Amino acid sequence: MGFLRHKHLLGLENVPIEDIQTILDTAFTFREVLDRPIKKVPTLQGKTVVNLFFEPSTRTRISFELAEKRLSADTVNFSASVSSLTKGESFKDTVQNIEAMKIDGIVMRHPVPGAPIHLTKYVDSVIINAGDGIHEHPTQALLDMMSLKEKFGELKGLKIGIIGDITHSRVARSNIIGLKKVGAEVTLCGPPTLMPLGIEELGAQINYNLDEVLNWADAVNVLRIQRERQGVNYFPSVREYRALFGVTKERVEKLDKPLTIMHPGPMNRGVEIDSDVADSENAIILDQVLNGVAVRMAILYLLLGDKPSEDKD
Amino acid sequence: MKKLLSKRLPHLFHIKNGNIIDPFKGKEFVGDILIKNGKIVEVGEKIEVTDEVAVCDVQGLVVTHGFCDIHAHFREPGREDKETLTTGSQAALAGGFTTVCVMPNTDPPLDSPESIRFICEKATDLPINILPIGTITKGMKGRELSEMNAMYEEGAVAFSDDGLPLVDSGVLRRALEYSYRIGVPIINHAEDPTLKLTGQMHEGRWSTKLGLIGIPYVSESIMVNRDLQITGFVGGRLHVPHVSSEKSVECIRIAKDEKWLVTAEVTPHHLYFTDSDLGGYNTYFKVAPPIRTEEDRQALINGLKDGVIDCIATDHAPHTVEEKELPFDWAPNGMIGLETAFGASWYVLFENKIPLRKVIELFTVNPRRILGFELDLFRYGVEAELVILDVEKKWVFNEDHIYSKSRNSAFIGKELLGYPVGVISTNRFYSGDETFFSKYMS
Repeated sequence: MGFLRHKHLLGLENVPIEDIQTILDTAFTFREVLDRPIKKVPTLQGKTVVNLFFEPSTRTRISFELAEKRLSADTVNFSASVSSLTKGESFKDTVQNIEAMKIDGIVMRHPVPGAPIHLTKYVDSVIINAGDGIHEHPTQALLDMMSLKEKFGELKGLKIGIIGDITHSRVARSNIIGLKKVGAEVTLCGPPTLMPLGIEELGAQINYNLDEVLNWADAVNVLRIQRERQGVNYFPSVREYRALFGVTKERVEKLDKPLTIMHPGPMNRGVEIDSDVADSENAIILDQVLNGVAVRMAILYLLLGDKPSEDKD
Repeated sequence: MKKLLSKRLPHLFHIKNGNIIDPFKGKEFVGDILIKNGKIVEVGEKIEVTDEVAVCDVQGLVVTHGFCDIHAHFREPGREDKETLTTGSQAALAGGFTTVCVMPNTDPPLDSPESIRFICEKATDLPINILPIGTITKGMKGRELSEMNAMYEEGAVAFSDDGLPLVDSGVLRRALEYSYRIGVPIINHAEDPTLKLTGQMHEGRWSTKLGLIGIPYVSESIMVNRDLQITGFVGGRLHVPHVSSEKSVECIRIAKDEKWLVTAEVTPHHLYFTDSDLGGYNTYFKVAPPIRTEEDRQALINGLKDGVIDCIATDHAPHTVEEKELPFDWAPNGMIGLETAFGASWYVLFENKIPLRKVIELFTVNPRRILGFELDLFRYGVEAELVILDVEKKWVFNEDHIYSKSRNSAFIGKELLGYPVGVISTNRFYSGDETFFSKYMS
């Protein structure tokens, strides 16, 4: 066993709070490394990590790749489109072939929920979930928590609003689970057509009035919105979405306190968030991006790094 | 191919001291059955036989009608890699079934008299009765009615586009009107696709937690209700397959109170499992309609108790290992169910205090009545179709118990109650239990 309770990071659901603390603490130490002129440490020298991306991704993939390189791991990138995967070689064959080349860890993004759990049945490598369908995106939630911790010093008791398409958001799910574990309060806000049944049971409240949520919250995480998914329209127009759920300059200016603004990216400026809000001094969106590298370094180190020798028998 | 042990019955075969359950007459007694040349001679409390006779003393075991499954997929023609009429028959025998109705969503579908004849001819040499269900519409496209009368004359016992819901209400109306004159029911897979969309499991707290797109129960209940309403309106005959939700049970209850000609079935997996069982993303639990909540499961059990649901049917749906190894969203729907049907159902229904005789009816006279088959299988001269059950045996189902060509059973590792130790069908004795077989057949 490594430094954490579990061998893999499949989601935040099974990560105990102590491990969340360990990951965040470690991430802050790596964050210092990122501020140095030479940003590379030898921690994972000789380890090989494969980034398996079955869904297009730019920032998460680059973030992981940078994290791996800064830890001196060898990295390989594999991208496949879903169409080639469903038609040709099976998922099982693909991953078993890659593992046969002697690797240590797999970072996987996959469009199907549960795919990383599925993967554990076929390979022995350490698996890090970089997003599985609409299920979980644990590293995103951890980097969000790190950014909040950086801003507020303490996560317990924080009031966080998550705004947008909750149904199709793995970011929302992982954030709700993680924030609840560390004792923050979460309120969800978005079109009722994009609010999944029973989401309260994960430990969040729902409020469809955005102004109330903005007034209540210490920070809001604004999600990317898509009007149409697989031919289904979930709300009538962008204009109407903005009127009800857009984090606009007017709304934020009305508040009588500073509100911290987060966004997992990529942003639709002028749709779910105004440029003035996204670029304001209360926005920590670019800190999130930087912290993403630190959090991923922490996770890679904690799951793939060798334990100090005194722990060995 | 994996086969049960089997042997031709001797000229005279005397089953003695069985706990005989006659689901047709509603009687239970300790008694004997005498079979001559594969046909029933007598069923009674004590039969005196003077001729030389092979005796099979089944003291402590239940003997009853062979089971009848009115909903199975044997995948022939087209997907013989998953199942064939031959391998499906072995799975049926292992589960105590002597009659199985096969669904027409094959490749090509059974949508013509020629394809119905193909099944009937292939089935003549098989150890069970295989009766084909024809499609409602040509090519299962949901538009033009298939040649129902011609298919009926070749041996089709019902009509269904199973797997694909009949969305067009007008087509369903005409199908019900047309098939009623032929005298067989329409079976419509009720799931409104505009509500189901890309759904993968029951919509509720578990789908939200797992991040799988949900299938709301109303996608079933509104289509069941539509089907029932049209049936009431035109006076047709409708059979509702694999009922999965509480609301659908309520709709069927109302339709039955109206005395509409409506019947319904439930699968053993909807009785045994709930949506929380999908927590590990095991694709073997992915079925259509989906496995729903504990409340729905209780409603299905109550539906059986008070007769709103008429019978149990397996929806035996074999798929290859490769297909079921795909990530959840991409894996096909369905699980095999013949081998586990009785053990799983009796396990659940025993816990819910439903008497054995009633459970036996759900597998014998009730499904046979729906499709108009012979009900009195203990009548003189009838081809012997019997199952011998150890109803007290608790056992854990594993891959060794599978006779199907596929292995996609969510019951692997689950405890079941009641085991079919032997079957008599087509003048032969079948058993998957070596000890039992050698005791009576050596």
